[in-house]
Amino acid sequence: MQGTKTRLLTGNKAMAEAIKLEMERDPNVFVMGEDVGVYGGIFGSTEGLFQQFGSDRVIDTPISETAFIGAAIGAATEGMRPIVELMFVDFFGVCMDQIYNHMAKIPYMSGGRVKLPIVLMTAVGGGYSDAAQHSQTLYATFAHLPGMKVVAPSTPYDLKGMMISAIRDDNPVVFMFHKTLQGLGWMDQLDASVGHVPEEAYTVPLGKANVVREGKDITIVGIQMTTHHALEAAKKLEQEGIEAEVIDLRSLVPLDRETILQSIKKTHRLLVVDEDYLSYGMTAEIAAIAAEEGLYDLEAPVKRLAVPDVPIPFSRPLEQFVLPNAEKIYQEAVKLVNE
Amino acid sequence: MAISKNDLLWMYENMYKIRYYEDKMAEAYTEGKNPVFNIGAGPVPGEMHLATGQEPAAVGICVHLKKEDTVTSPHRPHHHAIAKGVDLNKMTAEIFGKETGLGKGKGGHMHLFDPDVKFSCGGIVGAGIPHALGAALAAKKKGKDWVAVSFIGEGAANQGAFHESLNMAALWNLPLIVVIENNQYGISVPKTASTSVASNDVRAAAYGIKGYYVKDNDPISMYEVSKEAVERARRGEGPSIIEIETYRYLGHFQGDPELYRDKNEVSLLRDKDPIIRLRNLLISEQNIAENDLDIIENKAKQEVDAAYQFARSSNYPNPEDALKDLYVS
Ligand SMILES: Cc1ncc(C[n+]2csc(CCOP(=O)(O)OP(=O)(O)O)c2C)c(N)n1
Ligand SMILES: [Mg+2]
Repeated sequence: MQGTKTRLLTGNKAMAEAIKLEMERDPNVFVMGEDVGVYGGIFGSTEGLFQQFGSDRVIDTPISETAFIGAAIGAATEGMRPIVELMFVDFFGVCMDQIYNHMAKIPYMSGGRVKLPIVLMTAVGGGYSDAAQHSQTLYATFAHLPGMKVVAPSTPYDLKGMMISAIRDDNPVVFMFHKTLQGLGWMDQLDASVGHVPEEAYTVPLGKANVVREGKDITIVGIQMTTHHALEAAKKLEQEGIEAEVIDLRSLVPLDRETILQSIKKTHRLLVVDEDYLSYGMTAEIAAIAAEEGLYDLEAPVKRLAVPDVPIPFSRPLEQFVLPNAEKIYQEAVKLVNE
Repeated sequence: MAISKNDLLWMYENMYKIRYYEDKMAEAYTEGKNPVFNIGAGPVPGEMHLATGQEPAAVGICVHLKKEDTVTSPHRPHHHAIAKGVDLNKMTAEIFGKETGLGKGKGGHMHLFDPDVKFSCGGIVGAGIPHALGAALAAKKKGKDWVAVSFIGEGAANQGAFHESLNMAALWNLPLIVVIENNQYGISVPKTASTSVASNDVRAAAYGIKGYYVKDNDPISMYEVSKEAVERARRGEGPSIIEIETYRYLGHFQGDPELYRDKNEVSLLRDKDPIIRLRNLLISEQNIAENDLDIIENKAKQEVDAAYQFARSSNYPNPEDALKDLYVS
């Protein structure tokens, strides 16, 4: 995007701008969800849209997730391009049938004759004591089920570019945004939640990981918050003379195996970090890919760091104990490099 | 209907206690969040949904309940917990994330469980209704006259769980009472924009059960209809819905900018405050001396103060305890 005009935007504003541009471009795009209207989305994902497009195209729904997510499927079969918001990913339980038995499978079961261009956007992540029912990421829960693209951008630039790609995609896309990376005034203030974003529409492909820091000693794979933690850890590792390569996964499905395999060819060591549960998760998937396709490039066993298979506890010391952070990544990386 | 002085005083005491508890919580919640609000900071981090103004719903029915009766509650649970007799020390310690809390700090404000008085709550809108349905089913199977009360907001009446549960409760003639606190909003969405009927008691007709409506956040009317609903349920005459018109004085959660409603709205509501109304009624119609009410109020305050003191002086759990309690032993 050289030569174009950029501004500093928070994650939420970048997302909302993407939706706005696509709504201006295509009258079939509309938004539905709880508190997406006047409130602008609890995590700011629809900020300003109601004021511009009104209640016909930015629709507040009752607390009836099965109905409005199911309705997105019906509207999509009529040629509309709905964007629906599931306020917290944790609420998937009340509407998962529509998501995985219908949204994800209808295109396949129809032999490709029914298209469902739906974006299901949803807030993920913890770290602020919102406890077991409001802090999960559930990346792997969605990524495990075939038929949906599942993306999780980490920067304002990617939030915008990947949202535009998601809206233009003819397949259902689960678009996960991390609460703490939205740059909201009432949460932790992270530099990573603000970034340069071009004014016009642009796309970032779904399914491409991003090498956000190059290094030769160890590959650290992260996603959303864990990418930022990994970058912080990498700075500290550098002081110890360890050059970490950090990969921001960005997309769980499709998964960019090539970028990971290329990296371990160079570094020979792999640490995978996830804010989701450890077992059967993203870290396991990537470790399996490394074992299947890159085993002879590795000089040490793969290490995984993720939530140790318990629900996210409320109390701060308990929650901090289960969540990955820069210090834990640093410790693991040092151990792994010395193995 | 004649209401005993005892019941009236019980309701007053508990409304007062709830109000004082929530006011104190609002204050504690801001600690560590000044000058810059950060939801994760301070001694009480995370989301905080307070029930200030909604006391009549809780006391008007819990006054008829006994320990063996079940209460399920949603994300805004403190008033129900207090009225049901949840251990105030342990509840407060839980909200402060301490090891002495109901759930040893694992649950937090939206996830309070006190099996001693059959109280539970949760953060998923509508999810408590089937739990109460199951408790009602168990009571019937055991041949007990116990009832189950599920408190929900008006927003939750549009969840599938509400309709599925009420149909089953009616079909199996179970002692389930769903109390709908219509505080006019589900976060920012006014009831008129979320609900196809003016009040949810009329939905009772869809299941062939009783529906009651309580106007004006009135604890006395709430007492009366609840008495009928609870007695009917105990006698095996089946489920009912009670909708009470109530008021949310505060934001949906603490820190809610509330740009979706007129700031005047709340001050008009506060002018009709149900606690003040009940106090005046006790003095004028029940000949209760102001002094006696002062004593009741002081006792409530002391109990709440002690609970906060207990919570603050308790220890945080050991970090490694995060790994415990996944399975019971
Ligand atoms: C299944 C589910 N959907 C959405 C939410 C987010 N949410 C929490 S409270 C709330 C509004 C609830 O409104 P209401 O039932 O009227 O209760 P009130 O907050 O007014 O007490 C919403 C939408 C949730 N917790 N669970
Ligand atoms: Mg409400």
